[in-house]
Amino acid sequence: MTEMTAVQPDATAPGAGPMVRAEQVHKSFGPLEVLKGIDLEVRTGEVCCLLGPSGSGKSTFLRCINHLEKINAGRIWVDGEPIGYRERGGKLHEMREKEVAAQRRSIGMVFQRFNLFPHKTVLDNVTEAPVLVRREKKAAARERAAQLLERVGLGDKLGAYPGQLSGGQQQRVAIARALAMQPKLMLFDEPTSALDPELVGEVLDVMKDLARDGMTMIVVTHEIGFAREVGDSLVFMDGGVVVESGNPREVIANPRHDRTKAFLAKVL
Amino acid sequence: MSVETDTPERARPEPIQAVPVRHPGRWLAVAVIGVLVAMFVHLLVTNKAFNWSFMVDEMFRPPVIEGVRGSIALLLTSMLIGIGLGVLLAIMRLSENPILRGVAWVYTWFFRAVPRLVLVILFGNLGILWARIEFGLPFDRQIGALFGVQDFEARLFGFTAVEILTGFVAGMLALGLSEAAYMAEIVRAGLQSVDEGQTEAAQALGMTRAQILRRIVLPQAMRVIVPPTGNETIAMLKDTSLVAFVPVSTELFFQLRAVGSRTFQVFPMLVAATIWYLLLTSVLLVGQYHLERHFAKGFGRSERAKIRLRGMTAETGGRTGEVGGA
Ligand SMILES: Nc1ncnc2c1ncn2[C@@H]1O[C@H](COP(=O)(O)OP(=O)(O)OP(=O)(O)O)[C@@H](O)[C@H]1O
Ligand SMILES: [Mg+2]
Repeated sequence: MTEMTAVQPDATAPGAGPMVRAEQVHKSFGPLEVLKGIDLEVRTGEVCCLLGPSGSGKSTFLRCINHLEKINAGRIWVDGEPIGYRERGGKLHEMREKEVAAQRRSIGMVFQRFNLFPHKTVLDNVTEAPVLVRREKKAAARERAAQLLERVGLGDKLGAYPGQLSGGQQQRVAIARALAMQPKLMLFDEPTSALDPELVGEVLDVMKDLARDGMTMIVVTHEIGFAREVGDSLVFMDGGVVVESGNPREVIANPRHDRTKAFLAKVL
Repeated sequence: MSVETDTPERARPEPIQAVPVRHPGRWLAVAVIGVLVAMFVHLLVTNKAFNWSFMVDEMFRPPVIEGVRGSIALLLTSMLIGIGLGVLLAIMRLSENPILRGVAWVYTWFFRAVPRLVLVILFGNLGILWARIEFGLPFDRQIGALFGVQDFEARLFGFTAVEILTGFVAGMLALGLSEAAYMAEIVRAGLQSVDEGQTEAAQALGMTRAQILRRIVLPQAMRVIVPPTGNETIAMLKDTSLVAFVPVSTELFFQLRAVGSRTFQVFPMLVAATIWYLLLTSVLLVGQYHLERHFAKGFGRSERAKIRLRGMTAETGGRTGEVGGA
């Protein structure tokens, strides 16, 4: 997979360049243009918080990063690899389903509505992909899954089904499930929006812990406190474009753009 | 300021002792039903036409048992074909490929439009179309002629139609292929009932479409698929009696009717058939109950299967009423 980085001069070898680079990303659903040219760079180990009003295209952009949505124009690289396409002889080729799946393995995603597999126990939720996709040995996968679940504070829930857990517990299982694939990048799409207020903290704590460990994260969130405390950068989106970005503490304290001001005034 | 609520000295109120609401309607219904049941039992016991001892003697004879075996074999094979092909058709219906979608639609359209009785007779007579059935390249002779080769044949294998396409195989194919059309709809509804988020989460974990279907979507769809499949299986058990028209003789209803007409005791044998179908259906219901419980895992609704089992006996009226014409 390294030969394609040679063809693409501005994408450097894995590890050296930014973890995520987006260039002029456009995405439409039929006649509706949702993303109108997004540029973004996230360094390795950076926590990037994505803010914006409802419908501004945050989820769509996040889903483009792991190719759950196909982009119409622009490029996205993750760790130097162009996502979803391969460049050969100056021409773009769509990747096969298997190749796309392989790219997604190193990108973890956490959803607003958890999306745990309800017919599998907590432990099986976490071991499913490592065993099936990474071909890990069952015993080894179980052991690591138990460690991960211990880490998110659910060491005593291995045999429970998702339906028996609270929202906060489910979301922590979802984080453990994503981590079990040993991703180099984690995408969070409003991970605490579906939670009761008193459960938000336990999920944010797990995410802070991850950030401290140096995980590269892109977090769509309305938790301004989290952005201020943990974020290395803040990107404010509106109407399918990046309106303003920079250091979270500065942007939150001194938004330059009117739209950012209006939005922050509402959520703060 | 809130009012103090912990007053331990306050006595627990006395349990309510109210006069319960009377239900005279219920008692009336019980009385009416009681009388009707008594009348029915009286009929069963006193009417000579039932000829119980004769019926019990005859209904477990070897040819009848053979017939039961044949019916069960037919049920199992045709349901296997129906479910296997049904899953395939459902996946085709939901595929992004318009040709696959179209083929599945036409298939479903055809096999749902034609009554099973007609299909069974049709398949029994397919031998008329071909003396031999052969699989190979189409238009092989014509292609051969084009290149100047006479009698070019590219046949892979073949068999004599009348050997294969009669009796059991014809009945099995007619029932199985028809069942697949119904199963396709059931499986499709099941697959569509699974939340999109499940597929997305699995995709995000790097699973391929086949893996997602097998490990994530189908197991969850089973919860929706199993109950109507139980109904289909019961309907199929009854429809196995249609293969008498293929004709197939190792089949329960055919055997019982044969006894009936040979001994001029038609009615007891009809009762015997009723009892046999009741017995077999009850066995199927137990199987369904356990399947439903298995696939309800994680959904905390295993109670529902139990309730269904109790309610099922009322629902077992199948889709096809063609048996009556036999
Ligand atoms: N699959 C789709 N088909 C059609 N339109 C879509 C689809 N997904 C998203 N959209 C539209 O794209 C726009 C952006 O949606 P998106 O979910 O990215 O917004 P968002 O910023 O995440 O908003 P929210 O804060 O409400 O989650 C919305 O107008 C939405 O209706
Ligand atoms: Mg969203």
